[in-house]
Amino acid sequence: MSAVAGAMDPTATRERLTAAGSANALELRGVSRLFGALAALSDVTLSVRPGERRAVLGSNGAGKTTLFNCITGDFAPSSGVIRFFGEDVTSFPPQERIRRGLRRTYQISSLFAGLSVLDNVYLACRGVSRNRFSMIRPRRDDALVHAAERLVEAVHLSPVRDRLVGELAYGQQRQLEIALALSGAPRFILFDEPAAGLSPTERRDLVHILTSLPSHIGYIIIEHDMDVALRVVESVTMMHNGRIFKEGRPEDIETDPEVQELYLGGGHAGGGHG
Amino acid sequence: MAVADLKLEQRARATESLSDWLGRRGAAFWITAGLLLVMPAIASPFWLVQIIAYAMILGLVALSLMFLAGYGGIVSLIQMTVAGFAGYLVAILGDSAIAQISLKWPWWTAAPVAILIATLFGTLSGALSVRTEGIYTIMITLAIASAFYYLTLQNYTIFNGFSGFNGIVPPVFLGIDWGQNLSFYYLTLACATLAYGAVVYVSRAPFGLALQGTRDNPRRMAALGFDVVAHRIGAYAFASLIAASAGVLLVWYQRQISPGTAGVGPVVDMLIIAVVGGLSRPIGPFIGALVYVLLRTFSLDVLEGLGLDGRRYQLLIGLGFLVIVLFSPDGLIGIWQRLRERYRRSADTRDAQMRSGGGSP
Repeated sequence: MSAVAGAMDPTATRERLTAAGSANALELRGVSRLFGALAALSDVTLSVRPGERRAVLGSNGAGKTTLFNCITGDFAPSSGVIRFFGEDVTSFPPQERIRRGLRRTYQISSLFAGLSVLDNVYLACRGVSRNRFSMIRPRRDDALVHAAERLVEAVHLSPVRDRLVGELAYGQQRQLEIALALSGAPRFILFDEPAAGLSPTERRDLVHILTSLPSHIGYIIIEHDMDVALRVVESVTMMHNGRIFKEGRPEDIETDPEVQELYLGGGHAGGGHG
Repeated sequence: MAVADLKLEQRARATESLSDWLGRRGAAFWITAGLLLVMPAIASPFWLVQIIAYAMILGLVALSLMFLAGYGGIVSLIQMTVAGFAGYLVAILGDSAIAQISLKWPWWTAAPVAILIATLFGTLSGALSVRTEGIYTIMITLAIASAFYYLTLQNYTIFNGFSGFNGIVPPVFLGIDWGQNLSFYYLTLACATLAYGAVVYVSRAPFGLALQGTRDNPRRMAALGFDVVAHRIGAYAFASLIAASAGVLLVWYQRQISPGTAGVGPVVDMLIIAVVGGLSRPIGPFIGALVYVLLRTFSLDVLEGLGLDGRRYQLLIGLGFLVIVLFSPDGLIGIWQRLRERYRRSADTRDAQMRSGGGSP
C-alpha cells in the first residue's frame, strides 16, 4: 500500500522522475538475504546502467537465483536497499516492480499449464496494463490481443498458439518464458538460465532473440553455457558463496586464472569454451 | 483433489463472439436447452419443481464453488453458508410467519439487500481465508460455516434459533404469482441460465483468465504484475453473488429456513455435488446437483423395493460418490468428455480407413 501512497504524493513523484533520469537501471546497496543461519546473499552491491547487458556467473549455490528473487521481490532482502531506475523498491511487492518495467524469466519454466499459449502471453500483457479486473471479454481488435499475437510470433510459437501450454515441448515452453518477459514495455529483464535444456539450434535462436532486443532494454542473464552468456553481454559479474568477487568485461573474465580455478574447475575449462 | 490437472475448455479464444460460441455447441447442448424449455409440458409438477427446479438451485450454489475451485483452485466451504445467510435475510427483512422478527420490507428491497449483504459476507470471509491454500482454506471456511450454523441455532433475537422461519412466500409481481409451479420453474431456469452464461463469459474475460493464471501459478502471476490476493477476493465476490442469489431462490422454494439449511451436512454436500458433477466445466455442478437430488429422492424407494432398510439411503449416496471419484476424478462431466473423445477418435479412424480404401494396415 505504501507504493500506492507514494505514487499519489506529488513531491515523491517529482523526486522519482528526476532520480529516474540520471539513475542506474538497477542499483543494489549492501543487499543480504539469510535463510536461517545460511547467508544466500551477503552484502551484495551492484549497479547496472540503463541498457547495459550483464551476465552473472557462479557455481550452483553462489546465490544467483536468490539475487533475482530479491530484485523482483519474490523474497524480501534481510538487509540492504534495491533501487530500480532511481526509485527505492526494496519494500515493494513483486507486481509493483513489474509494473515499473522489471521482468524476469524462471530457471524452471513457470507458466500457466491449463491455459493456451496465446492466453499466457495475453495475461502477461494484461498484467502490466489497466483493467486487470475487467469482466468484459476483449474484442477482436483489442490492442493487447494483437500485442500478444505479435509476441507469440516473435518467439516462433504461432503454429501452436491455441494449444494448452501443458502439452508443449520443453524448448517451446522456454521460448514462451521469454515471450512472457518481453510483454508490456520492459525496461529491464532478468533471464534465469534461459538456455538450460535447449538444443544447439534452439540456443542459436535464443542468442538471436537476445541480441536483437531493442537497445534501451538492459538485462542480467544467469547462464552456465559460456557460449551463450559471453556472447550476449558487455559485462560480467562473478559470484561465489553469496558474494560478488569479480566484475569485468567478458574477455577479461574468460581468461582470468582465478575465475578459471573457481568457476570452471580447471578440467572443465575446455568444455566451457566449446 | 486433481484441481491442478483439470482440462478446462481452454481452446476457445478470448475474443470469441456469442454466435461463434453457440455455433460450437454440440447436439447435447441444444437437446438439453430444448428439453428444459418445454419441460413443463412433459413433466409432472412434482418433477418440475421438487426435482428439476430444486436441482437447479443447488446447482447454482455448487456453480459458485465450481467457479472458485475450477478456475481459482480455491476450495471454499462457505458457499452454502452464503446462500443460507441470504435466505435468512429474506426472511428477516421481508415477511414470514415469525411476525415479531420479520421487518416486512417489500420483496424488491428485501431480496436485493439480502443478496448484497450475503455477497459482502462471502467476500469478507474470502478475504480472511484467501492467503491460505489447500487444506487450510478448507479448514478456515469450514470454521466460518460451522460458526454461522451455531449462531443461527443459538441466537433467538435475529435468527429465531432452532425453529428458524416459516411462512416465507415467493413474491407476486407483473401479475404473476412466482410461487406457482410453472412460474417458479421458469424463474429458476432463467436464474440458472443467467449464472451459467455469466460464468462461461467471465471465464474468458481478463478477470477469469487471470484467475485461472493464479490457479496454475500464483507466483508467476505476481511476477507479471497481478495482485493475486485481490484477484482471489474478487473471485469470492463473484461466486458469493451467485450463491446469494441461489439462497433467495432456495428460501422461496422451501418457504422456510432453519439452521439445518446451512448446517455442516449441506455445506459438505455442496462439495460433493460439485466434485461428482465435475469441476472442469460450469455445467458440471448442475449435473451433480441433479444426480444428488435424484438419489436423495428415490434411493429410499429403491432400497425398500429391494427389501432393504430405506433409511440407509445415505449409504447409497456415499457409495455413488465413492465410485464416481474413484473412476473419474473429474466427475461425471469427465466421463462424458472421455466417451465423446473416444467416439470422435473411432470416427476419425473409420474415416481414415474409408479414405485409404480398405483398412488393412
